[in-house]
Amino acid sequence: MPVGPGEVWVVIEQEGGRAEPVSWELMGEAAALARKLGARPAAVILGSAGRQLSSAAFSSGAEVAYLVEHPDLEPYTADPHCQALVELAEKFTPQIILLGATTRGRDLASAAATELETGLTADCTRLDIDTTKKLLRQTRPAFGGNVMATIITPHHLPQIATVRPGVFTAPQPVEGVSGETVVLKPHIKATATAVKQLQFVPNPDTGVTLKGAKVIVAGGRGLKAGRNFALLEELAAELGGEVGASRGAVDAGWISQHRQVGQTGQTVRPVLYFAVGISGAVQHLAGMQESDVIVAINNDPEAPIFEVADYGIVGDLFEVMPAMIGEVRQRKLAAGAAASPALLKQGGAMRMEAGTGGESE
Amino acid sequence: MRINSVVCIKQVPDTTQVRIDPDSGSLIRQGIPSVINPYDLYALEAALKVRDSHGGTITALSMGPPQADEALRKVLGYGIDRAVLLSDRAFAGADTLATTYTLSAAIRKIAGELIAAGGAGVDMVFCGKQSIDGDTGQVGPGLARRLDLSQVTYVCSLLEVAAETRTVRAWRQREDGRELLEARLPVAVTITEACNPIRYAALPDLLRAAKAPVEVWSAADLEVEPDRLGLKGSPTRVSKVFAPPARERGETLSGPDRPPNEIAAALFDKLAERGLTIGGSRG
Amino acid sequence: MNGSQVHPAGGDGKRRPAPSRFGAIVVGGGPAGLAATYTLAGAGVDVACLERGDWCGSKNMMGGLIFSQPTAKVFPNFWHEAPLERHVTRRDMWLATGDSAMKVSFESTDFGAEPYNSFTVYRSRFDKWLSRRAAEAGAWMIPETLVESLLWEDGRVVGVRTGRPGGDLEADVVIIAEGVNHFLAEAAGLAAGPPKAETMALAVKEVLALPRDRIEDRFDLDRGAGAAIEIIGETTGGLPGTGFIYTNRDTISVGVGVLLDSLVGSTREAYSLLDNFKQQPQVRRLIQGAGLREYSAHLIPEGGYRYMPRLFGDGVLVAGDAAGMVNAINSEGANLALLSGQMAAQTVLSCREEGRFDAAALGRYRTMLENSLVLKDLRKYSSATNFLSSHQHLFGLYPELLASLAREFLTVDNMSKADKERLLARLFRSQVPVRSLIKDFYQAWRDLK
Repeated sequence: MPVGPGEVWVVIEQEGGRAEPVSWELMGEAAALARKLGARPAAVILGSAGRQLSSAAFSSGAEVAYLVEHPDLEPYTADPHCQALVELAEKFTPQIILLGATTRGRDLASAAATELETGLTADCTRLDIDTTKKLLRQTRPAFGGNVMATIITPHHLPQIATVRPGVFTAPQPVEGVSGETVVLKPHIKATATAVKQLQFVPNPDTGVTLKGAKVIVAGGRGLKAGRNFALLEELAAELGGEVGASRGAVDAGWISQHRQVGQTGQTVRPVLYFAVGISGAVQHLAGMQESDVIVAINNDPEAPIFEVADYGIVGDLFEVMPAMIGEVRQRKLAAGAAASPALLKQGGAMRMEAGTGGESE
Repeated sequence: MRINSVVCIKQVPDTTQVRIDPDSGSLIRQGIPSVINPYDLYALEAALKVRDSHGGTITALSMGPPQADEALRKVLGYGIDRAVLLSDRAFAGADTLATTYTLSAAIRKIAGELIAAGGAGVDMVFCGKQSIDGDTGQVGPGLARRLDLSQVTYVCSLLEVAAETRTVRAWRQREDGRELLEARLPVAVTITEACNPIRYAALPDLLRAAKAPVEVWSAADLEVEPDRLGLKGSPTRVSKVFAPPARERGETLSGPDRPPNEIAAALFDKLAERGLTIGGSRG
Repeated sequence: MNGSQVHPAGGDGKRRPAPSRFGAIVVGGGPAGLAATYTLAGAGVDVACLERGDWCGSKNMMGGLIFSQPTAKVFPNFWHEAPLERHVTRRDMWLATGDSAMKVSFESTDFGAEPYNSFTVYRSRFDKWLSRRAAEAGAWMIPETLVESLLWEDGRVVGVRTGRPGGDLEADVVIIAEGVNHFLAEAAGLAAGPPKAETMALAVKEVLALPRDRIEDRFDLDRGAGAAIEIIGETTGGLPGTGFIYTNRDTISVGVGVLLDSLVGSTREAYSLLDNFKQQPQVRRLIQGAGLREYSAHLIPEGGYRYMPRLFGDGVLVAGDAAGMVNAINSEGANLALLSGQMAAQTVLSCREEGRFDAAALGRYRTMLENSLVLKDLRKYSSATNFLSSHQHLFGLYPELLASLAREFLTVDNMSKADKERLLARLFRSQVPVRSLIKDFYQAWRDLK
């Protein structure tokens, strides 16, 4: 088994020179893992449009940036990316490769792990290093979030894992750092053109940015009808936040799927999460329990959401929500800040206290 | 042109009922009902649609313990042509790498038999986007690599198969939108719940299924290297399972007869104590 | 196909096209329907069994008692292969009051050897096994298919209509074994209407998990052996009904059954009765530390003989729960169902020889049942349910009384035995007028003997 100074790689998911935020979240984590292993963290940027991302990679913790350039690498399709990543991995023998657990990241990771005949652990929510064995311990939910499992890949390299967006926090960019840049032109076989992208239609609902939202006001079946989301929108607007939803509300057709939080939706970790009329199925909890502060409003005192809430309010949401909105408005007026869009302020040190230890560090 | 398809089917525990025993720390699996992975039924429907318009055959393929034949028996009721269960102690404990190795060997064998019977091989492999127990979504892409198939995952709408050009068009779901892909056959597709749900099986098909055999293949029926099967052939190991860490239950702000505006004020006072202030008010 | 094999468990493996007209269609895949299907298929009849649910999917752990001898009549030596939990070596009857219980226990070594007496089973597993046996015998087993109506021709039943595309099936005869709600029996004009509340019992059950050896320790059982305990008295809060505790392999089934109409008139909800039951000290001790695995509530037709629908018509027979064949007293539903299903099949077989399936020919089903223990038992206990519901003090007062008598008698103090007996007699008479006591016991004896 080749144990050596293999690097810790992050495949930067990019298109047209724009990287997915999860890539930087992972870059920060990769740097931390690499430190424990005495190895170098590296960013792998597939596609020439990503060239401009190398400085961002360095400022997020990468010491090396591999710029892999080939015309077949854009737009993304699985086969050329797989061929390129496999060629690179065989040449440079990294010990760990991390990718975002996105539709592209999972697509690529599965293909590459098969070619490399190595282990792949999907959707990790925690990564750490077994320092005696120098192994990556990959922890992930299984069985719909009812069970957590820690997976290792003891005898194969590289150890590949995908991580859901929002699990780690992107590091504060450190300006002015630089690193080694390696430019490569992989050999991609012609069979790679077997899949062609003919068209791309972006999501119409582009206003939704749950991922980065500091405040999320999420609603569930308890809202009883789609129009009642107006109450949530009002509070979210007052707090400069976004509206989220449980699967139940999405399935009922009350709100767009892009706002769904949970196992089959998005993983979020805002500073403040309101769960309004959400009972708190384990699948929903899986997507929001890393939030710093959780407020639950539900008329059922037995609702499981109260088990994870920092503040529980048992009551009729149609009475409680208007009171919340009124209270926020009053406080804004009192502070003379009614015109300011985002009013939730927080002290830097306080956030650490408010956190619940979700970090792997 | 006729299209021959293989649909991969997994029998999974109803995950909503799987728990960790708080005393022993081990997985409670006894008495938990098995279901067909729901995404696989979307995959089956997609395959049935292709057969509706092009003819050809559908083979359902599963790997699992002998009782997984239940899942295949059920799938036979949708009027498919053949059901094959890969069942052998040697297959047990497989992670996705060993699973795709075994499944791909079986698909090669199925293709060989189709060719021997005078047809083409396997044109399309259908999988659900992921299983609800493992949630990895790795088997579809793994099969594509091992069998040299075009790889199209997370299909939210499968459009026509163009027989003359041997291509298929499909919309693929991404986080930021949808992309229309054109792929050459043979292809592996993974199907999401945005596609059509499984049809209501017709009674004559169910009657036929009641008498149709589920074929069971062991390792000896496949051209495989024993070291690449099951646990032996799996690079990953589960080192620990545990219950998800419970967040501590917090404070209840509501109380009998406490008016909503007082509750709201109390909440934002508490938030302010934690440094979350609304424009810097009383807290 | 070289090297491949046909899996033996799922069907008989013989690809056979379905006939355009079946010899028989069985509606319902519970014990009655499966016994009928198995018997017919075994005799070479083209038979299809249509089940609304699914033998495979449901793995629920709800269980009950299966009695050995009647079951073996349909499936000889079933204990060698059927999925059974424990063979019952001890049957207990408790008369319970809030804080005490009088326990009558019967234990026999015979019960621990072939042909055994009874077994505890998980019904879903047991029924699935029955369905596999029927499939192996050559039947067409059709799950997840609801029969919506009967097909008629010249006033006789000639088949069924399912909700599926291409969903009509024709047959010489239809055996209705659809279970307690008997919609089809009603549609066939055999049952007068939906089952009446006064004929129905509501059973609320829980399955609680406990390791095997702890069950055996706690219930004082040999390895693999089981206990079935029936309890009357305070258990059901003085309502007519019983409580029960059965031991499975590594779970315990506990439940209470009460007559539905007594519940309607009472403020107690069924689940609080069960909670109450579980709080009884004698019960609590047995189930302590056992974690909840499953709970359920279902209806049992307990009207018995008097409330049975007509059992046959032109081209149609009714069996099992649909026919009200449940013996409330001995909780023998599954056994009577199996036997009635088998007899329905035997009736069809003998009618086939004559080639006629009109009511007159199928009427021998009734005769066959009358001469069997199915109807003999049901007739014998026919007024039992009535007796239970009109003599509520049997469930409240008498257990209380018996327990206090027993307590007095068994508590060692300074009173002489003779004095004690006199005291007890006085105590007893003061609570119940002698006349009514005699009347109750006479009636109980007549109804239950």
